[in-house]
Amino acid sequence: MKRLSGIAASQGVAIGPAFVYRPEPLAFNEKIIQNPRAEINRLIEAIEAVQGMLVALEEYTQQAIGEDEAKIFEVHRMFLADPAFAEEIKVIIQQERLNAEAAVDRVSNELMAQFSAIDDEYFRQRAVDIKDIAQRLIRQLLGLEETTLASLKNPSVIIANDLTPSDTASLNRDMALGLCTEIGSNTSHTAILARSLGIPAVVGAGKLELSSGTVLIIDGQSGELVIDPDADTLAEYRTRQQARQQARSLEIAQAENPAVTLDGHQVEVVANIGSVADADYAIKMGAEGVGLLRTEFLFLQGDTLPSEDEQYQIYRAIADVFQQLPLIVRTLDVGGDKDLPSIDIAEEQNPMLGQRAIRLCLARPEIFQTQLRAILRAGHERNIKIMFPLIGSEEELQQALYQLEQAKANLRARNLPHAENPDVGMMIEVPSAAVLADVLAPHVDFFSIGTNDLAQYTLAVDRTNETVAHLADPLHPAVIRLIHQVIQAAHRHDKWVGLCGEMAGNLQAVPLLLGLGLDEFSMAAVSIPSVKALLRTLSKTETQEIAQRCLELPNLQRVREFLKNQ
Amino acid sequence: MVEATITVKHEVGLHARPAAVFAKTAQSFESDITVKNVTRDTQAVNAKSVINLFKIAVSQGHSIHMTANGSDEEDALVTLVGLIEDNFGEE
Repeated sequence: MKRLSGIAASQGVAIGPAFVYRPEPLAFNEKIIQNPRAEINRLIEAIEAVQGMLVALEEYTQQAIGEDEAKIFEVHRMFLADPAFAEEIKVIIQQERLNAEAAVDRVSNELMAQFSAIDDEYFRQRAVDIKDIAQRLIRQLLGLEETTLASLKNPSVIIANDLTPSDTASLNRDMALGLCTEIGSNTSHTAILARSLGIPAVVGAGKLELSSGTVLIIDGQSGELVIDPDADTLAEYRTRQQARQQARSLEIAQAENPAVTLDGHQVEVVANIGSVADADYAIKMGAEGVGLLRTEFLFLQGDTLPSEDEQYQIYRAIADVFQQLPLIVRTLDVGGDKDLPSIDIAEEQNPMLGQRAIRLCLARPEIFQTQLRAILRAGHERNIKIMFPLIGSEEELQQALYQLEQAKANLRARNLPHAENPDVGMMIEVPSAAVLADVLAPHVDFFSIGTNDLAQYTLAVDRTNETVAHLADPLHPAVIRLIHQVIQAAHRHDKWVGLCGEMAGNLQAVPLLLGLGLDEFSMAAVSIPSVKALLRTLSKTETQEIAQRCLELPNLQRVREFLKNQ
Repeated sequence: MVEATITVKHEVGLHARPAAVFAKTAQSFESDITVKNVTRDTQAVNAKSVINLFKIAVSQGHSIHMTANGSDEEDALVTLVGLIEDNFGEE
């Protein structure tokens, strides 16, 4: 038995044999051809054949899956007919005398690179569409059969590196128990498709080495993945699965209603998002705002930094989706572990302990200032709050606050409308900040606990190291005690505390967190309906006893067992 | 040659449907038509290509600069500006 975790992308538990879907890369040689005219005719015929296929697929998908999914193929047909695609290919065949396959490959690779560099998730996702039609076209040119999930004949959990719209178009809904991909995010095609079909999905699970037929469990709510589970684990998830199916439909129907506990305490339930597309989905799932907007997506693409205006437009667009609901924008949180083409970051021996997040921003004030100005401008007459990541000391917090004042002064001098006094908070993810919470609280309006990093730093565990990652559990009593201290310290200063790690969406941890006095739960949108439903069944007074008990338990194992039995 | 600069108000910018409608409309004219995303300071691209329109990534609030050059240039520009002002016939 082996446990892994990925990004929770679509609710529900799937249990079944794995179907490992790894289409062979298309093999063709780059050749110099003698007769470009004949080659172009071969291309035109292939394009016509593929157009026909796409029309059929569009009709089929419309009936089998739905209108929205079908629209993807209309976009594909437009791409195929587009002068920027077909004409470019013809030019390369004509001028360089390349064979059609190689010409298609080259043009599509260039387009994919261009789309991938755009700082808008919608346009970036179009790279997948280009890849999809290019492969379809090359396969047609080579006279190869379609390789799709149509060959799936038994109900299975589908494992793939990533899935394209073509892969999934012929997917038989009854055969797909769940989807699990190695790469991707909450907004990738696989995640969106799984949610629209109501199939459990975990994406971005990392390299998956297993063969078809291996029994597998995926939990689309926690992001957990169990390969070859033992009998106990299997039984546990079976129970979870049945209960989930019944509860889910009810929860979604009630997602918009507030989360008020049995004894009348209302808790804020908000979403963690990383793009404009996430924002729309979060609203549908009943998010009462955003507890964490990850702004890294703006910086991870392209060679140049996003300008103040570009950032402003995007923050504004996201805030407008939420209207007057709160949007907490976290300032840039990157470091030496991410290859950032737009920022020159020195390679570090130990990037998690290096010049990352707020440390990088304070060392590179030009990057920080641009972002702060953009956030302040977007915050004009909008409910935007600012949050600093990885603060570890009072000096760092003071410096960050000073930078914020500088940004305001700049905007005042330029006469640009901006938020003059937005709420400012900081993440609690470094143990020193948790310990010093009472010192830091007077300087901010709120704290948000980042339990993934807080656990990793407190327990000295590298979450990316498979051999020890399972030890980085925020339910560890040491982490629970830190969370407790932070909440106590903040409340003494009349400040509120949120939590934006995976823990907030973990149903076993929710009673504990409510009992500890957490004010705001921020999580992947997909988890919101069930967390809200759970909160409505709890009494804050009773969960305070649960919390008290957890604070007294000596080890992780005992905490896990205790919470499981609640 | 005629030209115009206009702000895109459509809530998703020149995404899927609006971009398709825009390109198809542009294709119905004989003139050469280009679009440049002024907000992003992109190159001017051929407006008859959806792929090109996607490349310049026009989101809500972006301002675009259009040119038309050819026998029906006046008509082309008026129609395309009208399309954007009209929010692509949506509300």
